[in-house]
Amino acid sequence: MNDLTPTREQRTAALEGMGCKRKRVEDIRFTQGKGNYVDDVKLPGMLHGDFVRSPHAHARVKSINTDEALKVPGVLAVITAETLKTVNLAWMPTLAGDVQMVLADGKVLFQNQEVAFVVATDRYAADDGVSKVVVDYEALPVLVDPFKSMAPDAPVLREDLAGKTTGAHGPRKHHNHIFEWSVGDKELTDAAFNKAEVTIKEMISYHRTHPSPLETCQCVCSFDKIKGELTIWGTFQAPHVIRTVVALIAKLPEQKIHVISPDIGGGFGNKVGAYPGYICAAVASIVTGKPVKWVEDRIENLTATSFARDYHMTTEIAATKDGKVTGLRVHVLADHGAFDACADPSKWPAGFFNIVTGSYDFPVAHLTVDGVYSNKAPGGVAYRCSFRVTEAAYCIERAMDILAQKLGMDPAELRLKNFIRREQFPYHSALGWEYDSGDYHTAMRKMMESTDYAALRKEQAEKREAFKRGETREVMGLGVSFFTEIVGAGPSKNCDILGIAMFDSCEIRMHPTGAGIARMGTKSQGQGHETTWAQIIASEIGIPADNIMVEEGNTDTAPYGLGTYGSRSTPVAGAAIAMAARKIKAKAQMIAAYKLEVHEDDLEWDIDGFRVKGLPEKFMSMKDICWAAYNSVPPGMEPGLEAVSYYDPPNMTYPFGAYLCVMDIDVDTGVYKVRRFYALDDCGTRINPMIIEGQVHGGLTEAFAIAMGQEIRYDDGGNVVTGSFMDFFMPTAVETPRWETDFTVTPSPHHPIGAKGVGESPNVGGVPAFSNAVNDAFSFLGSTHIQMPHDYWRNWKAAKSLGVLG
Amino acid sequence: MAKIHVTMKVNGAEVEGLVEPRTLLVHFIRENLQLTGTHIGCETTHCGACTVDIDGMSVKSCTMFAIQANGSDITTIEGMANADGTLSHLQEGFRQMHGLQCGYCTPGMIVRAHRLLQENPAPTEDEIRAGIAGNICRCTGYQNIVKAIQYAAAKAKGVEFKEAAE
Ligand code: FES
Ligand code: FES
Repeated sequence: MNDLTPTREQRTAALEGMGCKRKRVEDIRFTQGKGNYVDDVKLPGMLHGDFVRSPHAHARVKSINTDEALKVPGVLAVITAETLKTVNLAWMPTLAGDVQMVLADGKVLFQNQEVAFVVATDRYAADDGVSKVVVDYEALPVLVDPFKSMAPDAPVLREDLAGKTTGAHGPRKHHNHIFEWSVGDKELTDAAFNKAEVTIKEMISYHRTHPSPLETCQCVCSFDKIKGELTIWGTFQAPHVIRTVVALIAKLPEQKIHVISPDIGGGFGNKVGAYPGYICAAVASIVTGKPVKWVEDRIENLTATSFARDYHMTTEIAATKDGKVTGLRVHVLADHGAFDACADPSKWPAGFFNIVTGSYDFPVAHLTVDGVYSNKAPGGVAYRCSFRVTEAAYCIERAMDILAQKLGMDPAELRLKNFIRREQFPYHSALGWEYDSGDYHTAMRKMMESTDYAALRKEQAEKREAFKRGETREVMGLGVSFFTEIVGAGPSKNCDILGIAMFDSCEIRMHPTGAGIARMGTKSQGQGHETTWAQIIASEIGIPADNIMVEEGNTDTAPYGLGTYGSRSTPVAGAAIAMAARKIKAKAQMIAAYKLEVHEDDLEWDIDGFRVKGLPEKFMSMKDICWAAYNSVPPGMEPGLEAVSYYDPPNMTYPFGAYLCVMDIDVDTGVYKVRRFYALDDCGTRINPMIIEGQVHGGLTEAFAIAMGQEIRYDDGGNVVTGSFMDFFMPTAVETPRWETDFTVTPSPHHPIGAKGVGESPNVGGVPAFSNAVNDAFSFLGSTHIQMPHDYWRNWKAAKSLGVLG
Repeated sequence: MAKIHVTMKVNGAEVEGLVEPRTLLVHFIRENLQLTGTHIGCETTHCGACTVDIDGMSVKSCTMFAIQANGSDITTIEGMANADGTLSHLQEGFRQMHGLQCGYCTPGMIVRAHRLLQENPAPTEDEIRAGIAGNICRCTGYQNIVKAIQYAAAKAKGVEFKEAAE
């Protein structure tokens, strides 16, 4: 040792492993405009496809005339359902066990539904062709209100299901009914309500919205007739699943399908499913023998590819007079639009909505969900949340506030009184989940101390008095939200997609010079996997993160994985990385023992290599072991240093957090100001705090948008009235509040590195915080529940209906 | 459709091409010039992903026909790095402050911020927020974008920007 020998701290820092705010490797290319997104893919002779879409929400398609379109210069083909029928692709299966029209087959069921696909030499010519396709429609009665879907005289939407009394998830009660899903003990729950001292009941709606990543859904399909191979570049959050789906429905051999997800411009759930554009582009490439690109425009994105939410939740809580909850009863009416294209694990028609008992120790609960059809776009996807978890969190967090109001209790106190206690973990919820770990009281108290919650309540009380005295026209709301998520789908015992268990994977190859590559089954859409995955490996095997390249999104080279959504990458793939790295380390230990001429058990791991116990100078670095792996392995051992892990998680992970929103609303204009927003997240072990904070900022901003105005709204005729960024609320830097972030760390006991996932927590916890703030602001005027979204106009309407506008 | 000849200066180089009168500038840049750093998020002038700098102004290039840009001097994201190829203060600021996630809005943001700092070398936070209000980011929540721009403003003055990305 001399002065130049790095200290242990320096050696650890040089790795840039877990816990380090490592700067992102992706940013070098992104800041220079050198990302490679799907629309940047240009192939020789590439054609462009564009859709003819239905102006009607419900109509019979009497005829489609393509003659004039085919005369347009540059137009090569127009594909209709009739064309698709020749290859048996007029309909496609959905992830939810339903079927969906690829192109209108006899009728259209929602506005902007895909009717025909025009293929031309460039996007302008394709658009010219679209305008020349003549479709003769006969309008039919339109159904937009899900509460009317199951009326006896409701129009029949899905004629293809005529006579089918059973769907993918059991019996159907009505021609517009999809499924009924029921969880929990009804008898015990009813009994709890019968003897309850206090009950509340409220219909809490979570409106229809849309994930709307800045890059829309798009693909390039290229079919090589000679080799019989199909290559698809697409905005896919789950490229392997897309490959398998294509193999199954297009009956192509799976080894001849190459799916590539290049850089993706945000996903938020929008890019999980399979859309007609992908099928049509693939068929068009097969038909024309040329590569075909399909790029959806923004209006198409908002109106046709996967909405989110549209859950209408009748919620009841039973409690004692002093505020101990004794039962929960929820009925959900779920509007899926024209086809059930919900992107959930296959056996879960309402996702993991049965996390609706939240962070509270409900002794009994019962939940039923009825899925129905309507003349709206099909879906729905999990918009920055695990499957239907944000709906569940909103439901319980709003309901707890309503209960607090009825009891005259502080919402934070009510929560503290009912939290699952630290010593109850692993905790079995009344609706069937096993929560892995949590320390809710600590998180909540930290939030209350950090924000000086008591002082804020005092200020609110004073402002309310001042309002009553007519001294101010502003009302102040405190929105408390304490959420528990369920992410990391998931264990093969309960999660699959089309029969494929929801494991995830990592393959690590170390090169002789002490560098390596990790290939993954996941696919970043902005989460920074190229940066964070290397950090996990760096900490596990002592090779600097900078020396590890992470590759995702190529199904030919990556091990099979289920992709990135539902905050599953860190819980599932993050574990696979650690396990693969540990296999590497185990082999490295054998090599080091051989080289250092000791028994393996005499070695101990020391940051970036193995040291002989008790002989600190006898050390072999991981870098040197990599070299040795290629020239001097122990006799009988295969050379090389690589490993693959397919990780089937034993359980989900359960991140949680305590949020507070402080809001002031002017009753005369409905204009609100978010004075303060504090978010404490506990996502277990923190891999890269900088990226975690970034994820929280982004998720909170989306939560803000959703709660305060972002809605896909239909008029009675089934026309989308919020189909562009003009009408669909997209907060800019001006509207977006400043975010304060904080954390506690409660590692997951079953995860190899204790990490739980964070990307979606802020959306799940943020929406109830905003909505509770608005509701709390108005509650002293006598309201119990105001539906989202809380835009200025609706706030003004709320004030008006409460009689405070004079 | 009859095509029209256009010439312009893009990132310092004279370029030319044949375009239809209806060809949007963003398509000319992306398709004809193959400069794909300029992105499309809406094609309706709402998102700012397509922002380029034209004759000293930030312009959403989906809002302009290529022929309208005939004879103009344009800078795209590909022209933002320093002459020696290193990252500019703004590009470095976005990286240091974690001002980007998916990177899709980033070129437009950087090009816009570049002009903002030309016009106002020492903007307040509110001025930055108002100055980038034409650019939507779906990922970051803007807080770190604001810091990235503050970082670049500080660097241009030769002072260290203290605040680390959260
Ligand atoms: S693409 Fe030009 S503003 Fe959105
Ligand atoms: S970083 Fe994704 S849109 Fe801004």
